[in-house]
Amino acid sequence: MDGALQRRLIETVATRIIAAADELTRLDQAIGDGDHGFNMKRGMEAVLADIEKLAGQSLPEALKTAGMALVMKVGGASGPLYGTLFMTLGKELPERPGRADAVRAFGAAIEAVKARGKSERGQKTMLDVLIPVQESLGRGEAGAIRRIAAEAAEATIPMLATRGRASFLGERSVGHMDPGARSSHIMIDAVAELLGGGA
Amino acid sequence: MSAAGNVGIVIVSHSPKVAEGAADMVRQMVGDSVPLAWTGGDPSGGLGTSVELILGAIDRAWSEAGVVILVDLGGAETNSEMAVEMLADERRGRVLVCNAPVVEGSVIAAAEASGGSPLAAVKRAAEELNGG
Repeated sequence: MDGALQRRLIETVATRIIAAADELTRLDQAIGDGDHGFNMKRGMEAVLADIEKLAGQSLPEALKTAGMALVMKVGGASGPLYGTLFMTLGKELPERPGRADAVRAFGAAIEAVKARGKSERGQKTMLDVLIPVQESLGRGEAGAIRRIAAEAAEATIPMLATRGRASFLGERSVGHMDPGARSSHIMIDAVAELLGGGA
Repeated sequence: MSAAGNVGIVIVSHSPKVAEGAADMVRQMVGDSVPLAWTGGDPSGGLGTSVELILGAIDRAWSEAGVVILVDLGGAETNSEMAVEMLADERRGRVLVCNAPVVEGSVIAAAEASGGSPLAAVKRAAEELNGG
């Protein structure tokens, strides 16, 4: 990946999450502890502060660096979860990935997030967006990714949370979109837009 | 037995006040006989937890006998597990996160550690609070 595109990808993902901080906080206030927007904003600001370094690194190295920044700066469970996602992608992706590389690395990253959060699909978490997107990528539906990510985030609304802070609310978690699913949707949408839906 | 030979205790809460208060209770119970450190709050000082601060607390409570970490809510557990994985190889296997209530677990773990019990026994003592 050329440095200019890599820089744009990182900047776009980070700025969109920062711009959505209030929305993510509102979603998290409904079913969690209300810190997701603020935490992700702080993490992405740390990523942006490193942009010169990140733009100059290889894609795998940049993903590991960004993941570590999220681990250290986000606070809350989303830091280790997103940090694990990005660091695993960095570990698994070659410098110039094709679609098959992306599918495999994304699958490995999802497994790592599952282990970190001790969670599975269907528990109203970021996995409920990441997994359908990875599956559609695996089926070669790169052009459908933005739609699939949006639908997957919407599909968390009627789900009952059984992991994370939202699980304390039990039935009251039903009827609200999961904030982690929404932040995953925002990131995937930004990447798919810049890469033309493909990988 | 000196503090250096006993298992260390790390207390991690979303609230620095809770973490510090639990640490005060531990100190009253066991004095300086166990290495003890606490951390609470996110990287900008709000409620939450921080991998970086947890790594610092593990370092302050470090004992060659190992360290147990007591946590409150989910993010504290996830961040503590992340911190453990980021430790150097020679330390990683000697730091355990306990599934126990943070205040009671800290006090029980410290009492067990102050008697010179090994790492696994200290963890088990704290987790027995859950009926395990």
